[in-house]
Amino acid sequence: MEISITVNGRAHKVTADDETPLLYVLRNEANCKGVRYGCGVGQCGTCTVIIDGKPVQSCDVPVSAVAGKSITTIEGIGSMDHPHPLQRAFVDEQAAQCGYCATGIIMSAKALLDVNASPSDAELKQALSKNLCRCGTHQRILRAVKRAAADMRAATEVRK
Amino acid sequence: MAETTTAKRVLPGSLEANRNLSQWLDINRDGTVTMRPGKIEIGQGILTALRQIVAEELDVNLERVSVVTAVTALSPNEGVTSGSQSIEQSGTAFRYAAAEARELLLARAGAKLGVSIEQLSVNDGVVAARSGGSVSYWEITDGDLLKREATGDAKPKSHTLHTIVGTAAPRVDIPRKVAGEPTYVQDMAPPGLLHARVSRPPSYNAELLSVDLDDVRKMPGVVAVVRDGRFLGVVAEREEQAIRAQRRLTRNAQWREQDTLPEFNPRYLLKGAAKSEVISEKKGDGAESPAGPPQGRDFEGEYTRQFLAHASLAPSCAVAKFDHGKFTVWTHSQGIYPLRAEMAPALGVPMEDVVVHHVEGAGCYGHNAADDVALDAALLARAAPGRPVRVQWMREEEFAWEPFSSAMVVKTRATLSDAGQITAWQMDVWSHGHSSRPGRGTGSNLLAAWHLEKPLPRAQTANPPLPGGGSHRNAIPIYDFPHQKISNHLIPDPPIRSSALRGLGSQSNVFAIESFMDELALAANADPVEFRLRHLKDPRGRAVIEKVAAMAHWKANAKGDGTKGRGIGFARYKNGAGYMAMIADIELADTIRVTHVWGAVDVGQVINSDGLLNQVEGGIIQAVSFVLKEEVKYDRMRITQQSWDDYPILSFTEVPQVEVALINRPELPPLGAGEGTQGPISAAVGNALFNAAGIRLRDIPFTRERLIAAMA
Repeated sequence: MEISITVNGRAHKVTADDETPLLYVLRNEANCKGVRYGCGVGQCGTCTVIIDGKPVQSCDVPVSAVAGKSITTIEGIGSMDHPHPLQRAFVDEQAAQCGYCATGIIMSAKALLDVNASPSDAELKQALSKNLCRCGTHQRILRAVKRAAADMRAATEVRK
Repeated sequence: MAETTTAKRVLPGSLEANRNLSQWLDINRDGTVTMRPGKIEIGQGILTALRQIVAEELDVNLERVSVVTAVTALSPNEGVTSGSQSIEQSGTAFRYAAAEARELLLARAGAKLGVSIEQLSVNDGVVAARSGGSVSYWEITDGDLLKREATGDAKPKSHTLHTIVGTAAPRVDIPRKVAGEPTYVQDMAPPGLLHARVSRPPSYNAELLSVDLDDVRKMPGVVAVVRDGRFLGVVAEREEQAIRAQRRLTRNAQWREQDTLPEFNPRYLLKGAAKSEVISEKKGDGAESPAGPPQGRDFEGEYTRQFLAHASLAPSCAVAKFDHGKFTVWTHSQGIYPLRAEMAPALGVPMEDVVVHHVEGAGCYGHNAADDVALDAALLARAAPGRPVRVQWMREEEFAWEPFSSAMVVKTRATLSDAGQITAWQMDVWSHGHSSRPGRGTGSNLLAAWHLEKPLPRAQTANPPLPGGGSHRNAIPIYDFPHQKISNHLIPDPPIRSSALRGLGSQSNVFAIESFMDELALAANADPVEFRLRHLKDPRGRAVIEKVAAMAHWKANAKGDGTKGRGIGFARYKNGAGYMAMIADIELADTIRVTHVWGAVDVGQVINSDGLLNQVEGGIIQAVSFVLKEEVKYDRMRITQQSWDDYPILSFTEVPQVEVALINRPELPPLGAGEGTQGPISAAVGNALFNAAGIRLRDIPFTRERLIAAMA
């Protein structure tokens, strides 16, 4: 069975077989290296992507389960030259040490902010509870997400 | 006859071992500066801080300075990036090398402009004479400029003139990391890349009885299946194919296993045959230390900590290529030179045939499997000559095979006078050694080397020497006690693989000292802050304690309310590095929750204030995780932890609010900051629990089970 998925708006014909975790298709076929392996069983969040508006741990989903779906990875929301407000806020708050967790956390945060523009601290922490950070950068990350949320709200106000 | 010797002069920092200026710096004609540190980025921001030092001394804008990451073929040999020593060793070398480069450039500029050096000033690489006329570094530099041995004579700038050092220069690596750009060795994808996995034994000493390799060779995409002794691995075209082949290989292998692991309690160390030594003794013979036997009430304590894992968020990874008999390896090892020296004999080639490049990995917090996987990759690359081979350890492999931080037991005894003064202090430390990094032992410290058909002998696990120390790091209190005896009991040959983890023995030792200090303060009816100051002369130590007490609005003798409480912990890391004082607030429910932490830190001169804060904040949160949750799980045969369920760490819903104040001392040498929080935090949390509810936990981690047992 040939599987097609859409990655960051681009159609992609999967060459891996059905049971391959989405993570490896994204990293090795679609060249999305910002989606990272951490545990393989959906416990650490470094491989988080957004599918149908929801954060999904791509290491724990066979590619066949997302056939025909549209997947957004960290590469799809912004770049170094044109960063997403979350990426910009992570730089402004220097919210990384090793940075390995950052991309997955940004995707979890984006999924939250897309449905809740003004999350409370508790809602924010809950939304990130499946993302681990080993360097202990949590406090800066929380600050960065709040800053991004404020920036995004302000941008929405301007557009109104 | 007069004897003439020209003894080599001692040069500052890592210049001593890498004496040519051109090893460190290039001043380029295109208006840039290239620097080549032998230290590596592990998420601590070191490359940004080193750039600041070079830009400062050369008087050029930060943007002109670029960094070449370490590679054995090119970079100065700075050993291992560890022990919070990079600012001291590499930073000092760059400071003096750049100051000397500036002097050489000024000499040329002066000659060109026809004025003396005193008449010159520099602004972003443009040298101007007071009398008019200017010339830039980029016009007068050439390849010969720095081809000379450093003298160490060029005097670095006074700190009062610093405009770049001490500022919060943003990290150079963060924009690409948060954009998801390929950054880590895990992300390397050179043309022709093959994927490989290792199939490990089920336990340390398991003996391989049989394995069916042919069955695995027939699997889709499999390029090679390797068996060398009990080292088993697969190489495949695609990553998922390598993983499937590895799983099959693991199922196909039959092993004989033995019970070789100790009981699940650090006190097994007390039964081991120890090499014991007294590391500090004071017998009341100083001017302020009255002689004669100490008088007062005697107290005792016993504190333990289980084995601890680095638990990097990214399992270890390396890429290797075997071409015409030579190996090229890309690794996130903290020490590319020592790694190379240990890889060569394991591969049976001379050292010149191995080139090791550093590529960043995730945070490692010490010696994890970064070095091991480099040898794995080289061994498997040999089976697929000419093509790069990427080995990615699996999560369960990392949890089972990385070297852990040794379990420890610390016993204390003290005598408290009627006046509330500690007159005698005794402490005994039991532990395995805290380092088995490559290049530090007598045999091999690379995992696969022990599993080969012709295995290399396993190196002894050892302790770095004092004053830094290993298991005895921070075992000598910095308080002023007239009588004191500190002994270290080193248990060789750990039954559980052990090596360096952030702070080494300091977490356990400071936890013991600072918990016991609170217990003695209680016995003396004294406030814990005042009681510490009563026994401490060191003004920098006093300053961080006073600072943190002010930050947290510490109220003397305040008692907790049964569920909420507050505690303090303090140490001078390695007895000679940064001063750290920490106060923790906790709340007791069905578990212990650390709600707030204040920290006051003095690490001498601050190079990058935000980088320093980031390191200390991270160290605090990680230490809260260590003390509340973390212990390596094992039974008598196997390391049993496989996932984050088995080895939980602090999550976003559990992190405390953290506030850190830096006491900058620009006139003093800069000291590292990555470590040093672990002990003070552990003690502060334990002391806060006692303050809250009168429960004294002396065994780390403070899990729910331990808490319930203590409350019963």
